[in-house]
Amino acid sequence: MTTKRNAESVAAAADFDKLNRDWYIDKAVQVLVFLGGISAIIFIIGIFVFITKEGMGFILGDFSFTEFFFSQNWRPTSENKATYGILALIAGTASVTGLAMLIAIPFSLGTAIFIAEFATGRTREFLKITVELLAAIPSVVWGFIGLALMNPLIIDIFDVPVGLNVLNAGIILGLMAAPIMTSIAEDALKAVPDRYREAAEAMGATRWQVIYKVVLPAAKNGLLGAVLLGVGRGFGETMAVLMATGHAINIPGSVFDSVRALTATIAAELGETAVGSPHYQALFTIGISLFVITFIINLIADLVIRDVRKG
Amino acid sequence: MLKRNAFLLGTAITASLLLTACGGGQDRQVIQNKGSDTLVNVAQAWAEAYQKVDPATVVAVSGGGSGTGIAALINGTVDIANASRAMKDKEIKLARDGGHDPIEHIVGYDALAVYLHADNPLTDISIEQLAQIYGDGGTFLKWTDLGVEVPGCKDQEIVVISRQNNSGTFAYFRKTILGKGDFRLGTRDMHGSKDVVDLVENTACAIGYSGLAYATDHLKLACISQQTGGECTSPSVATASDRSYPIARPLFMYTSGEPTGYVGEYLNWIKSNEGQCIILKKGYAPATDVSCD
Repeated sequence: MTTKRNAESVAAAADFDKLNRDWYIDKAVQVLVFLGGISAIIFIIGIFVFITKEGMGFILGDFSFTEFFFSQNWRPTSENKATYGILALIAGTASVTGLAMLIAIPFSLGTAIFIAEFATGRTREFLKITVELLAAIPSVVWGFIGLALMNPLIIDIFDVPVGLNVLNAGIILGLMAAPIMTSIAEDALKAVPDRYREAAEAMGATRWQVIYKVVLPAAKNGLLGAVLLGVGRGFGETMAVLMATGHAINIPGSVFDSVRALTATIAAELGETAVGSPHYQALFTIGISLFVITFIINLIADLVIRDVRKG
Repeated sequence: MLKRNAFLLGTAITASLLLTACGGGQDRQVIQNKGSDTLVNVAQAWAEAYQKVDPATVVAVSGGGSGTGIAALINGTVDIANASRAMKDKEIKLARDGGHDPIEHIVGYDALAVYLHADNPLTDISIEQLAQIYGDGGTFLKWTDLGVEVPGCKDQEIVVISRQNNSGTFAYFRKTILGKGDFRLGTRDMHGSKDVVDLVENTACAIGYSGLAYATDHLKLACISQQTGGECTSPSVATASDRSYPIARPLFMYTSGEPTGYVGEYLNWIKSNEGQCIILKKGYAPATDVSCD
């Protein structure tokens, strides 16, 4: 069997240019691998074309730029006059994501520094696996924790009327974004060449000084990329935010106010909306806005990280 | 040839085995039934009970909301659409354009209860007061505006709980309380009746509305009057049936054309004493007078 196959491959190599069966197989596999390689691009363009097509009717029709982006009146099913203002929704998404980053950045940076610089052997492996495990918890489970566990807790501790608010969603989202940020930040720290550390230690720097003065500045771009990926995750998260924010159209004045996120609005309303109606198209227009925002954030993150790998 | 016969025989045996496994009906008909989440529990109970009445008919029930069910009827993918609101003129026109003439069947009534936290001292509330709490531009922001003080409620702020803006419950409540008006912004819009009840149960300052069937012992149901200070009616199956409760809505099933054959038999059974007793047991008011044991 083996000898036969060897003989075949030798023969195939000998007449490589001949249009025999092997040549066709070779070509077919090449095309297949190529398609696999570019499939991500095809899908992303396909998705963009689809949501643009669905939202276009609204953009060309009832859409008013000032109302859409600068009014907080989101009343798509009003009997009087349907209004489509997403300012409060943008404020909701931004406030929750902002708070989530405030919580996630110290946690994930601390964990990444510990894993990359201090932990060794078993501790290190155990920590890495645990962080990855944290990333695997489904978002609906996080949302449930927000609804059932955090809500009464926040009411008790802070003595506020409702526990479904920016604080609740921010904590949940921070915990959700932390694992991926930790992984990327750890990679960035690992990418700092050991000779930097050795040089610093040779100069008599303490462990803390090495990290603070040498490693962190050298890994700056990678860490920024990690944060931006976390922001992208925050903007796109839907289920947990839908359950933990309180889902109220409101520009928050404090962390104890309920808000509503862009993604959650789409999730809650698209299912029962008549296909092709202005409401349906307005929801797709929110989708376009979200797509553009996350695309820009991810693009910046990608450019920043690439910069790091080159240097 | 022999091989082919063996194959056919095998298929026949497998098919008969499958049929036996499923209950052995020769002419099994499937009724596709979809729509309102309010009705989905009742629809499932009906489907289960109907198995004993007519084993040859299987009813496949799914939820998704009134809009989803009506859309499916327009597209002709269901036999019966469940809805907790009447079809809009636009939807009826769409259905007729597609060759489906929607026929409306009232299968029961649902009282929308106004839920309060168990510690809330308020016992009755008027439609006018509800409009001040829920309406755009309404002036009631604190429980003290209604003349009560709720223990355990910080600043006496009314936490207004509503539903997502395309639910049938949302539309009916808005129409009844505010007419053509809009809800205020900043209401907590829950996704599902169960979520409203859960949140009111845990929040001293809260007020919410949902079907009576979702009531629990840990909540208070407000007694509703038309005018402030007027005589109020408590939500119950009885007050919903005789239409004395002001926020009770009919529950619908829609078919494409006058139902005939097994779909017609199923709907007749639902409207019968036996079917109506099932909806009563699920906490909704029956559409007709019934006597149940």
